[in-house]
Amino acid sequence: MGLRRRRARRARPIVSPATLGASFERRSFVIGAVQGGIGLLLAGRMAYLSIFENEKYRTEAESNRVNLSLIPPRRGWILDRNGAPLASNKADFRVDIIPDRMPDPKREIATLAPILGLTPEKVRDLHDKIESARGFQPIEVASGLNYDQFAAVSVRLPDLPGVVPQRGFSRFYPTGPSVGHLIGFVGPANAEEYEKDRNPILITPGYKIGKDGVEKQFEQRLRGIPGARRVEVTASGRMVRDLATREDVQGKPLQLTIDGPLQDYAARRIGTESGSVVVMDCRTGDLLCMASMPSFDPNSFSDGIGRVEYSMLSQDERVPLRNKVLKGLYPPGSTVKPMVAMAFLEAGLSPTATVGCPGGLRVGNRVFHCWQRRGHGTVDMAKAIYQSCDVYFYHFAQQLGMDVIAPMAKRCGMGEEYPLPVLSQFYGTVPDPAWKMKKYGQPWQPYDTVNATIGQGYMLANPLQLAVMAGRLATGRKLLPRMILDPSLPQPPSMDFHGNHVEVIQKAMSDVVNGPGTAGRAKLPIDDVLMAGKTGTAQVVGLNISSGKGGIWKHRDHGLFIFFAPFDNPRYAGAVVIEHGGGSGAAYPIARDVTTFLFDPAKGMEALNALEKQWGGTAQQRLESRYASFVAAAGENIGRAPRRVEDVFARVDAESRALQSKPQPLETGAVAPPPEPIGTNASASPTPSPSPTPVRSTTGTAAQ
Amino acid sequence: MSSIIPAPIARQPWAMLAPLIALVLLGAAVLDSAAAGNFTTFAMSHLIRFAVFLTMASVMALFAKDIVRMVAYPGYAVIVVLLIIVEALGFVGGGAQRWIDLGIIVLQPSELMKPAVVLALARFYGDLPSGMIPTWRSLFPAGVIIGVPMALVLAQPDLGTALAIGFGGAVVMFLAGLPLKWFAGGAVAAAVIAPLAFFFGLHDYQQRRVFTFLDPESDPLGSGYHITQSKIAIGSGGVTGKGFGEGSQSHLNYLPEPHTDFVFATMAEEWGLLGGIFVLGVFFLILRWGWSVALASQDRFSRLLSGGMVATIFFYVAINLMMVMGLAPVVGIPLPFMSHGGSSMMTNMICLGTLMMINRWNSKAGRRGLG
Repeated sequence: MGLRRRRARRARPIVSPATLGASFERRSFVIGAVQGGIGLLLAGRMAYLSIFENEKYRTEAESNRVNLSLIPPRRGWILDRNGAPLASNKADFRVDIIPDRMPDPKREIATLAPILGLTPEKVRDLHDKIESARGFQPIEVASGLNYDQFAAVSVRLPDLPGVVPQRGFSRFYPTGPSVGHLIGFVGPANAEEYEKDRNPILITPGYKIGKDGVEKQFEQRLRGIPGARRVEVTASGRMVRDLATREDVQGKPLQLTIDGPLQDYAARRIGTESGSVVVMDCRTGDLLCMASMPSFDPNSFSDGIGRVEYSMLSQDERVPLRNKVLKGLYPPGSTVKPMVAMAFLEAGLSPTATVGCPGGLRVGNRVFHCWQRRGHGTVDMAKAIYQSCDVYFYHFAQQLGMDVIAPMAKRCGMGEEYPLPVLSQFYGTVPDPAWKMKKYGQPWQPYDTVNATIGQGYMLANPLQLAVMAGRLATGRKLLPRMILDPSLPQPPSMDFHGNHVEVIQKAMSDVVNGPGTAGRAKLPIDDVLMAGKTGTAQVVGLNISSGKGGIWKHRDHGLFIFFAPFDNPRYAGAVVIEHGGGSGAAYPIARDVTTFLFDPAKGMEALNALEKQWGGTAQQRLESRYASFVAAAGENIGRAPRRVEDVFARVDAESRALQSKPQPLETGAVAPPPEPIGTNASASPTPSPSPTPVRSTTGTAAQ
Repeated sequence: MSSIIPAPIARQPWAMLAPLIALVLLGAAVLDSAAAGNFTTFAMSHLIRFAVFLTMASVMALFAKDIVRMVAYPGYAVIVVLLIIVEALGFVGGGAQRWIDLGIIVLQPSELMKPAVVLALARFYGDLPSGMIPTWRSLFPAGVIIGVPMALVLAQPDLGTALAIGFGGAVVMFLAGLPLKWFAGGAVAAAVIAPLAFFFGLHDYQQRRVFTFLDPESDPLGSGYHITQSKIAIGSGGVTGKGFGEGSQSHLNYLPEPHTDFVFATMAEEWGLLGGIFVLGVFFLILRWGWSVALASQDRFSRLLSGGMVATIFFYVAINLMMVMGLAPVVGIPLPFMSHGGSSMMTNMICLGTLMMINRWNSKAGRRGLG
């Protein structure tokens, strides 16, 4: 064994300094060769990258270096009929954030807050938005910044990834709340809108689209074409310099028929009430004013609805988010009487035909009351209109029937949906026997006719329809409301009223204001212009619940007024509806002042200034102070706002729709007409019903 | 030689020094550009460091062989102790630490360990009787000499430096004439251990670097970002480059670490393929000179020492260039003589100084032999 081992060891090659030296030379040559090989490999690789892939990498370096950013196009202006802007653009500095690019949004907002002067509410709104928004959607942090704030953010950019300060344009509504419902507002596109239209402009910071009203309806026209800017940027996104810029193309302007100053005047004149004013041009049908108050300030909605704002607006029982001109439906009350009278005339009734009004009318075994319980004495058509005598209408409606009244209501625009560029309009009800049978499966009853002739019961209309009705009765022409200014004068077809019927109605309605009528205080303070009108008071709850004059706001009567002026050559027609105003007395002073403003702006403003002094400022000022007091009162405890502005409006819409479509109780008796507040010879306060005549009984038990 | 040039200067190995100085100057230009044209930011300290370490290398070159042999083991031991101290400091400080702040300079012992391992192994194999070379007695101590610092550096954790130490040691062992079958066995063992070490030994970020090296486009904004941006910089430079100061990749911060690990990409973007060939050419000249020094050496110690030093420099160059060109995973290894940074400059100048020293030994021996 030992021998073999030794032999084995000896068999190994002899290692000596000489063999090691040789081996060193061999091996160093091998290593050198390997190193040279690697050197050649590197040279080859480098040549490959810089020669064969040069094109590709040059492009990539370029796309690294150059950032193509879209410049949001300036929106087209929205102008009033005289070319004054209702919505314009204001150059400003703004800061947006893109949550996707922010490693630590909380920290960055904490850095931004003191620079931009963000309130704690605003900071919490921002956190809500960052949480719920998709990351790629830019979120507006602040706009309308001054240069110092803008610069302060810009220098901190390296520490604020995802923060985008820029100069741009923001939408500006000079008259704020006055045009809120009409014009709508703009806001950043939401995820759904981006998914539908994968236009990169939609997620460009600072870009806003129309969210409501005209802004939304004419989005494509107003939008314009985005510009583009090639900027050299660092890896962290800091701009180094501009390389090339293509200017944006501003969206086309849109001119409305609205008279801006009138719109603003009417909105402000509504004051602390909740209501709407519509004025239309009697020659063209142009809508000069569609004011709905209370409203919101579209300027403050462009960055979304904050929690305070939302809370303030949604808790208001006057529903500032609803456009009452188009989506407020009210029983028209006595404002339908001129229309009903026209129906009688057209059916052959002589205007001199009279009826005695003893304060009520017995039909069958029931008594229908006049609002004037003491009676009007002998009443002809003119007196029936200017004194708003209910018995006259009960009497002749029984004779002539609903089949005369309902078609006339429809001819005058009631229950009609107009071809207007608006998102939605509620168009109410003109009841007739067929309608009742279809809806309730019940035959038409005499008391249904009675209710309809005084604009109660099932009859519902929006203020725009009332204005159209006033305009059609005043002119005898089938006026169609228009919102977009069109220089061509339309030739509205005649209503084909016979004889002097239009004049009869004009005269009777003038007497409402200028004669012995129910609205003597509505007389214009202008000598040579006489306004014609018709008051209306629509009951909201039965007299057994509330008198309708005071008490709980929700239980007060609606005040309505339709008007036109001058009465014998109508130039303007309109309607005022004041929700729960406690009667027509809330409505016609507004109509008077608005009409005064149309003919003599200085005189109109005088009246308004005096009133606004009492109310504590203009609508905008009051909205701002209300906001401030709301913040002070509620402060920390305000819940978060819904994610999207659209949701807020959709909710308001749905609520009012539900309200309208709530199964209306079957009318089982006559509505006792609420008293007109002012009667020249009937100023007595209403006496309580002598007999328990139930109104709008919801129980379904038949009244005696 | 003519007497116009003073003898001490004419004696210097200009075949290596001239291209080296050119490379350092190019490096300074690139660093100047990487600092957006600011000379004082990187370039000035780069040149000052080079001057200081070149002086140091010239002084080193004067050392006698006996002194060098004498300090081989104690020097190695001191650096191992320093590594342990660094490790302990890191442990106490609650985090990875790689340096000791001595007040005057910040010392990174793992850097010093690269030449120290080569020196210790050269001494060991130089002393080892040639008959013992094929026996376990040639392998085991060398394994310890390489293994201990590697383990300490790996624990820091610094994979790149550990591999550099291992590579330098392995090259010395290879040149020392150890049986080839051991290296074959080692390669097989490495092939087995590497995947295990990869999955169990490496940190997450190290594993990720390897994955992204294999497929950089999979994560262009994450860990593949470095490789992608570096390739863009090199590729977009083309043949002649974008021009001095015109590199958008480095100037706009797309290129990470444009003045240290990725300095070659910064250079290539502005100087193009021509600049790259120049850099490769300079390294070829330096390394070829290094090998010529090694082959001209008379004794085993000098040969192994110079071979190991060449290998150490080469390892830096090769790994760094492969990394920036997307041929190797991202490991934090700078490019010698171009990257901004004192430690790597010091290590590489120690290697060069050692080679200059051996060159002097050789020429002295040659003269003596002639005389």
